Amino acid sequence: MTGPHRLGTGGLVDRTRTLSFRFDGKAYTGHPGDTLASALLANGVRVFARSFKYHRPRGVLTAGSEEPNALVTLRTGARAEPNTRATTIELFDGLEAVSQNRWPSLAFDVMAVNQLFAPLFVAGFYYKTFMWPAKAWEKLYEPVIRRAAGLGALSGQEDPDHYDHAHAFCDVLVVGGGPAGLIAALDAGRSGLRVVIADEGPLLGGRLLSERVIVGGHQGTEWAAAASAELAAMANVQVLPRTTVFGRFEAGEYGAIEQVADHLPVPLPGQPRQRLWKVVAAHTILATGATERPIVFDGNDRPGVMLASAVSTYCNRYGVAPGRRAVVFTSGDSGWQTAADLIAAGVTLVAVIDTRNAVPEVLAAPVRAAGVTVITGGQVIAASGSPLSRVIACDAGENRVSLDADLLAVAGGWNPQVALATHIGHKPVWRDAIAAYALGDPPADVMAAGAADGIYGLAGILASARAAAQVAMAALGHDAVLAPLPRADDVPHAVSAVWASGPCKAKAFVDFQHDVTADDVTLAVREGFTSVEHLKRYTTLGMATDQGRVSQVNGHGLLAAATGRALAETGTIRARPPVVPVAIGAFAGHHRGRAFRPIRHTASHDWAAQRGAVFVDAGQWQRAQWYPVAGETHWRQSVDREVNATRNGVGLCDVSTLGKIELIGADVGTLLDRLYINGFSALPVGRVRYGVMLREDGLVMDDGTVTRIAPDRWFMTTTTANAARVMQHIDFARQVLWPTLDVLAVSVTEQWATYSIAGPRARDLLTVALPDVDLSNDALPYMGAITLRWRGHAARLYRVSFSGELSYELSVPAHAGAALVEHLFGVGAAFGLTAYGTEALGVMRIEKGHPAGNELNGWTTATDLGLGRMASKKKDFVGRVSALRPALVDPARPRLVGLMPADGTATIRAGAHLLRVGAAPVAVNDQGYVTSACYSPTLGQPIALALLANGADRHGETVVVHDPVRGADVLAVVCDPVFFDPAGERLRG
Amino acid sequence: MRIPCPFCGSRDSREFVFRGDAAPARPALDAGEGEADAMFDYLYLRDNPAGHFEELWYHAQGCRNWLRVRRDTVTHAVAGATFARAGQAA
Amino acid sequence: MRYSILQLARQALQRHRGWGPAWRDATPRDGYDVVIVGGGGHGLAAAYYLAKVHGITNVAVVERSWIGGGNAGRNTTIIRSNYALPGNEPFYEWSMKLWEGLEQELNYNAMVSQRGVLNLYHSDPQRDGYARRGNAMRMHGVDCTLLDADAVRKMAPFLDFDNARFPIQGGLLQERGGTARHDAVNWGYARAASALGVDIIQNCEVTGFLRDASGAVIGVETSRGTIRAGKVGLSVAGMTSVVAAKAGLRLPIESHALQAFVSEGLKPLIPGVITFGAGHFYVSQSDKGGLVFGGDIDGYNSYAQRGNLPVVEDVCEGGMALMPMIGRVRMLRSWGGVMDMSMDGSPIIDRTPIDGLYLNAGWCYGGFKATPASGWCFAHLLATDAPHHTATAYRLDRFRTGHVIDEKGVGAQANLH
Repeated sequence: MTGPHRLGTGGLVDRTRTLSFRFDGKAYTGHPGDTLASALLANGVRVFARSFKYHRPRGVLTAGSEEPNALVTLRTGARAEPNTRATTIELFDGLEAVSQNRWPSLAFDVMAVNQLFAPLFVAGFYYKTFMWPAKAWEKLYEPVIRRAAGLGALSGQEDPDHYDHAHAFCDVLVVGGGPAGLIAALDAGRSGLRVVIADEGPLLGGRLLSERVIVGGHQGTEWAAAASAELAAMANVQVLPRTTVFGRFEAGEYGAIEQVADHLPVPLPGQPRQRLWKVVAAHTILATGATERPIVFDGNDRPGVMLASAVSTYCNRYGVAPGRRAVVFTSGDSGWQTAADLIAAGVTLVAVIDTRNAVPEVLAAPVRAAGVTVITGGQVIAASGSPLSRVIACDAGENRVSLDADLLAVAGGWNPQVALATHIGHKPVWRDAIAAYALGDPPADVMAAGAADGIYGLAGILASARAAAQVAMAALGHDAVLAPLPRADDVPHAVSAVWASGPCKAKAFVDFQHDVTADDVTLAVREGFTSVEHLKRYTTLGMATDQGRVSQVNGHGLLAAATGRALAETGTIRARPPVVPVAIGAFAGHHRGRAFRPIRHTASHDWAAQRGAVFVDAGQWQRAQWYPVAGETHWRQSVDREVNATRNGVGLCDVSTLGKIELIGADVGTLLDRLYINGFSALPVGRVRYGVMLREDGLVMDDGTVTRIAPDRWFMTTTTANAARVMQHIDFARQVLWPTLDVLAVSVTEQWATYSIAGPRARDLLTVALPDVDLSNDALPYMGAITLRWRGHAARLYRVSFSGELSYELSVPAHAGAALVEHLFGVGAAFGLTAYGTEALGVMRIEKGHPAGNELNGWTTATDLGLGRMASKKKDFVGRVSALRPALVDPARPRLVGLMPADGTATIRAGAHLLRVGAAPVAVNDQGYVTSACYSPTLGQPIALALLANGADRHGETVVVHDPVRGADVLAVVCDPVFFDPAGERLRG
Repeated sequence: MRIPCPFCGSRDSREFVFRGDAAPARPALDAGEGEADAMFDYLYLRDNPAGHFEELWYHAQGCRNWLRVRRDTVTHAVAGATFARAGQAA
Repeated sequence: MRYSILQLARQALQRHRGWGPAWRDATPRDGYDVVIVGGGGHGLAAAYYLAKVHGITNVAVVERSWIGGGNAGRNTTIIRSNYALPGNEPFYEWSMKLWEGLEQELNYNAMVSQRGVLNLYHSDPQRDGYARRGNAMRMHGVDCTLLDADAVRKMAPFLDFDNARFPIQGGLLQERGGTARHDAVNWGYARAASALGVDIIQNCEVTGFLRDASGAVIGVETSRGTIRAGKVGLSVAGMTSVVAAKAGLRLPIESHALQAFVSEGLKPLIPGVITFGAGHFYVSQSDKGGLVFGGDIDGYNSYAQRGNLPVVEDVCEGGMALMPMIGRVRMLRSWGGVMDMSMDGSPIIDRTPIDGLYLNAGWCYGGFKATPASGWCFAHLLATDAPHHTATAYRLDRFRTGHVIDEKGVGAQANLH
């Protein structure tokens, strides 16, 4: 026997095996099939947790995922999982759990002193105090409040487990595997539809697992097992146990979380802990059941006060008696089933108290026959003892009785679980017949069946599920194959609307976890917070981890009573996803750590890595930043060497990450004329042209080159950062703006590996490397391009220069890129060929005053960058009109300039602002900012590019470079942005 | 959300890039007088209706077609999609 | 009734039966000097400052539902003044100054908590961008600190420094940034405005505008009847286009959905607000212990107050990339708000081309932190017909002239801001 409260027989636990586990350090045993809650109850544990605000001792209220009280921290170390419901934790051998939100122990919690201040700690009390003195909030009050708040603690360590993502598409999604779900899935599955059925528990069956009922002549549990097995055997049905459908999104998309390995001590090797399903369903049947409501009365949170359905579940499913002497308090027929279950389990049933005057004799008779006191028209006034030891009740004549009991089973009616439909905007409506909110006019592809539709008799449930399945099949135009429905007996299942009982003078809880009381609801109404949303926000009712599943409707009932409004008018809260809390790791899946985003490598990445390159992220690309060699201890040494080697000899840089777009068609030239500020249609075949394109708002979008490969074939490069944006822009222009133009465009960024070979000896090197190619200025002049073959591969050679040197860009198919680099360095040794990275590339482009990403920053016009003269006056282009707006042609706009430190040595940093000499460092004196800065080994001093108000007219002026977040001011002299070879003689060499 | 791409079929909206209202028409090239006002209107002013809406989506991770999608901005229900290059085969 | 600990104790002795409504639930009168459409934080603050600063107390705030139910009550409660552009920074700093005395001003604890806002950077250009922004803030007299990776590690050792796809290189910290309790801000302004005589009219939807022969707006038609007004101010971010259309106005605004998320309650672990620089994710921890986090807008026009799964995944990917310890933290609830996304990402506080009609709109996803200054500046505009000196850049005609305030530099596409 695993614990003194374990019944001698019954339940779905495997009594042949015993599992050991610990709670708060103490050792217990249980069985496979137990939850942590059932196993602890079996062991006589009654206090599981402390409440959020008052730190009141709390037991187990429910037997499901709606549990507001019994939250524990499961497992230890990096796998510690705070706020886990003991009622859903499947017991495993070696399980360790600890209670939360108490110090030093669950039994003795110092913070329980809060109960003394309870008269002060009413709803919203914190809005009315803690305001004096003004600075004390962050320093005194808030830290104390924060320390006291929160539930469990996080380990602070990286989650060691993995989370998978999966997709499913189906004709019918059945949410919930109770009797309704099983029938709906069987009908749809037997008819040949693609079905997904998901249930949050490890076994399908729902209430059949918790009730003593007969279905189709079998015990309910047996029928459920057979139905489950039949579904599992169908190829067109996917059964997802341990899977909670938590959210409905657009167009029939659902999110569901499968707890793949949560029932194991740790996931098996290679096994994810959980799997996030994205299910797209043509039709959905909500067989999500209903959640039982508690009743609000003084002391209704005492450990030992439990929902009646949970009491039945512990008795029938787990073979556990949650108490020795029980009282049942009900406002409807279902409580009587629990009374019968308690009698059958051999628990001493002290009394059944029904708020109604009339009770069906078929329910009451057997209870009376067992010698149990039956009180109709009565109510519970208070529960006392911690844990529960006494129930004070009164009968219809207001006569008080004091009952000695350690278990109070409360049945306050049922709330159909329709949250999934409300996620996409459906508003539940009040139904008097079931005293609950349920679906009114749901979306066309969603139907509720069984208890989710307020149908509580078993025969009715099965029939409603069949009807829902038939509607789904009809909607999908599918013939139904129907077997006779299994026979099931309906028992009375009337409910009544009772929210509270007794005077509710002391602590009568509406929201257990957040310690919201009936008095709090009254106070909120008194202060004008009378809409359901205001009530929620002011009292925090329904915002706890159970998302109000247990508390919300009682709160709204009390609100309706206090305001004199009907419940239909009061309305209820629209539920938000997720239905149950879902681990953040599950949403992220494998996109974490280094796999957060894809890594793009160029064709010769491995080659660069072997040379010891230091890589830098450029969007998703990784680019070689510099290539340190032996003896270099600082990156500047490497970069200076690479610049010097290129300027004085020859260097090679991998520029494969530049965006590349092939354009084909008779009208490419026309399109390019409209996309770039300068003209392209007259570009001869075999020539390259630099171009600048604007956004439609007149600011620079991107720059790059276009080569005319053949009369109707063109090749465009973009900056690395803007490759996708420019591709989209071209497609927009050719498909949306000017669809009649004959232009095809395709991104070939990843098809070509491209290397810049730059420096005075570039031609010498290529002459050896490409012996069959005529590299003379006549055959391949500056801004010329040729096609060639290298080792049989189609190749292209462009004479373009970013560095300002004699320079070529050589492109080969990406798969040949690594071989090309090996080849060039093979023959390049004789020329001192030096690999250079993005840092050296950046230094050389700053020396040449070329704008790059820091200048193409979305705030600059072509004129700002000194490129305004490129704009054609003969043709229209994207951005031309907007670029003429007053603010964009203001002569005082910041213009691109060069900066040199006045003393020749001071460091200038990008991001620094510029001031006139002597001006106070305040915003009105702001003259611009530094965009790019470096040390120029060529000039032997720091240099920078900046955007300076009216800068083109200020060359020679000294300005203050103001960088207070990093250092002191320095003086700099404004100069032309082209620091090196302004005439461009080298690149034409 | 799913977009019924006329080339690829029903696809997850994750594959698409949204641009906005399909109604504004770019002023003609070299429109001359009034072009500043027309461009301002095209570029910045939006009806932004609550309800039926025609909008441009780009199937960036699919066929790279620009689509006109009919969608309701209140219910998010997608009624259909056509190629933005009206009358032309994709 | 003044709120204080003594009052609370006194009321506790009588089981809190002595408290009255926090604000008067008014019924509409025939006319007011000013009618503000929209009972969100901005509208309520504007009404309060009209009464308090300008002595204009014959004011109504009309709200179609219940006050604070739009974006004012569905944001992530962050306050900060860390902008780069001169059109923005003075305004947001003015807002921060108003936040700093708000509880005492309103006699309502809005829980303004200045625990810092840290924007992380992951690359050299990003660092330089933050330096540029930080320097601009300093030149506006606003403190901030550019931190290196070691300093960030000291503040937030739980971030992923060692196994990250985009390693953290440092961050820009505004120490005075933080959070405030959004509902309390709305209720605090409502209570204070009501006490000064402002009528707060809930469940009163504006269905049209009353115009005179010249076309000027002289009142509003509502679901509760006609209300005449000397001036009408629109403060209905999210629904601006729909309401403005009733007056025939087309605006540079699109409505987009932004989601936000909160986790189950945890013991304190996040010091202030942290934003990820290599993805869409930001997070703070509420006083109740929940991680409050969010990311990018859903990206397509929406009036649905709900979001979609791709953004949920994107946000959580960012969260896990930044703080791999949160894998086992459960998301408790998500919600969506409808943002007025303006075409340059910055707001509009200006007169409209229609006499008598004033506009406070275009707050994108940054309206909460602006609440006090937005109210202050809108009240100033309504009272004086001139923009407040911190809000001179928020003109409606800036799109025509090109004086846009585009912090991100992404141009005229609303969903990119």
